Amino acid sequence: MKSNFIYVIYILWLRQIKRYFRSRARMIGSLGQPILFLVALGYGLGPTFAKAGGGNYIQFLAPGVIAMGILFTAVFSGIEVIWDRQFGFLKETLVAPVSRFSVMLGRTLGGATVAMLQGVIVLIISLFIGFHPTLTLIPAAILFMLGIAIVFTALGTGIASVLEDMQGFQLIMNFVVMPIFFLSGALFPLEGIIGNVAKFNPLTYGIDGLRYTLTGVSSIFGGVWFDALILAIVSIVFLIIGARLFKKIQV
Amino acid sequence: MSTAISVKNLTKSFGKFTAVNDVSFEVEAGTTFAFLGPNGAGKTTTIKMLTTLVDPTAGSIVVNGFDPTKDALKVRKSFGIVFQDPSLDDELTAYENMFFHAGLYGVPRKDTPARIKEMLEFVELWDRRDSLVKTFSGGMKRRLEIARGLLHTPAVLFLDEPTVGLDPQTRNHIWEYIKKLNKDRGLTVFFTTHYMDEVERIADKVAIIDHGKMIANDTAANIIAKAGTQTLEEAFIKLTGHTIRADEATAADAFRKMAAMHQGKNRR
Repeated sequence: MKSNFIYVIYILWLRQIKRYFRSRARMIGSLGQPILFLVALGYGLGPTFAKAGGGNYIQFLAPGVIAMGILFTAVFSGIEVIWDRQFGFLKETLVAPVSRFSVMLGRTLGGATVAMLQGVIVLIISLFIGFHPTLTLIPAAILFMLGIAIVFTALGTGIASVLEDMQGFQLIMNFVVMPIFFLSGALFPLEGIIGNVAKFNPLTYGIDGLRYTLTGVSSIFGGVWFDALILAIVSIVFLIIGARLFKKIQV
Repeated sequence: MSTAISVKNLTKSFGKFTAVNDVSFEVEAGTTFAFLGPNGAGKTTTIKMLTTLVDPTAGSIVVNGFDPTKDALKVRKSFGIVFQDPSLDDELTAYENMFFHAGLYGVPRKDTPARIKEMLEFVELWDRRDSLVKTFSGGMKRRLEIARGLLHTPAVLFLDEPTVGLDPQTRNHIWEYIKKLNKDRGLTVFFTTHYMDEVERIADKVAIIDHGKMIANDTAANIIAKAGTQTLEEAFIKLTGHTIRADEATAADAFRKMAAMHQGKNRR
């Protein structure tokens, strides 16, 4: 039974990965937004940012945009549960003789892996737009990407578990995902009121850790280990809450 | 003969609405059982209770010797199901869909390839095993779902409107497979449908429910004789009345509409 638990998680993880590599259109489509942000904001606001004494804007912006790519892919892969339970493989997994927890965990880890890969691709693209990361801490940066990915895939899965249909999707984008993105220090340094609000946003810590590991800019809150700790705690909490909500899904 | 499904005084209420009201019936192992009723009569709710997806408000259920509310995992291992809406992964191949099912149901890994081959050959999809499911027609998808539902050698197969939206050729084809399984392997088949001709041809026993209550439970011939009609369709209408049911649209219906637009071209 125990080995079966792991195998079920593996199978559901594998399914997400296979789907990702198969739908090139979606992969490329979801890269459009981060590239646009990098080019338009990077080149557009770069001179202003430098004049204000902020230094090289692309160096500041790239980690934020990498996190954005992960955030959107992760939330979306969680939200897919809504569609999937009516017209997809999810219903098949819900009548299978396996625990709901293993289903949720496998699916979420698969979605998170995909989101992390998306982040890595954005990182590679940003190199061509003028981003110069320090290479020594890249493995640590990838761990931060995975952390962000797990937090927000679990969040998306939790939200999808309580939504009845796709009508609520726009609501989630505008009132949850966009605020998380804009109030995270992805696009600008955190100061004043926004800085205080951002302290309650898990993405803030993900981006701060990512920025430190990629560019060496010291973090504004408790430092990179604190970032890692917060991200780890939040991902475990979100996984538990997500799994609880997922258990209650009615087909 | 042993009993595959036994239901006693089954009731399910959602708030003040009683979807299934004091229903009792038995399905003998190795038989085909048609579960009929107008839209909203309580068919799908009953299937959900039998298949562990919804807990009953009152009454008892035994499926293959286990109680779905207590031994959910054992019950789940013992049946296969084809849902009303597709539940395949379109982005995976036919083989991969089968392979993942085998993994979820704990089919021994060394037996899995042979088992998949046998079932895909049975529904004549072995040649298409490496095609993505999204390239399949509606009938092919149904056949694949049946093959998948049988992969873990269940004792009972549930089919919720398996032939809806399919042309007569495909419908015949699908029932041929199911009849063959019933004859050769003694598979118990529990199905719902709105096509009465299918019921007359296939079902050993027929149950009709309406407004959550069981109103007939007999062979098709006896139901027709009792109602004094020519066909089962006439008997069905005589028993359940002419009124068209005002089904409340649910989120699932809205979804179905979207999916129909999406996949309509593939449903044949």
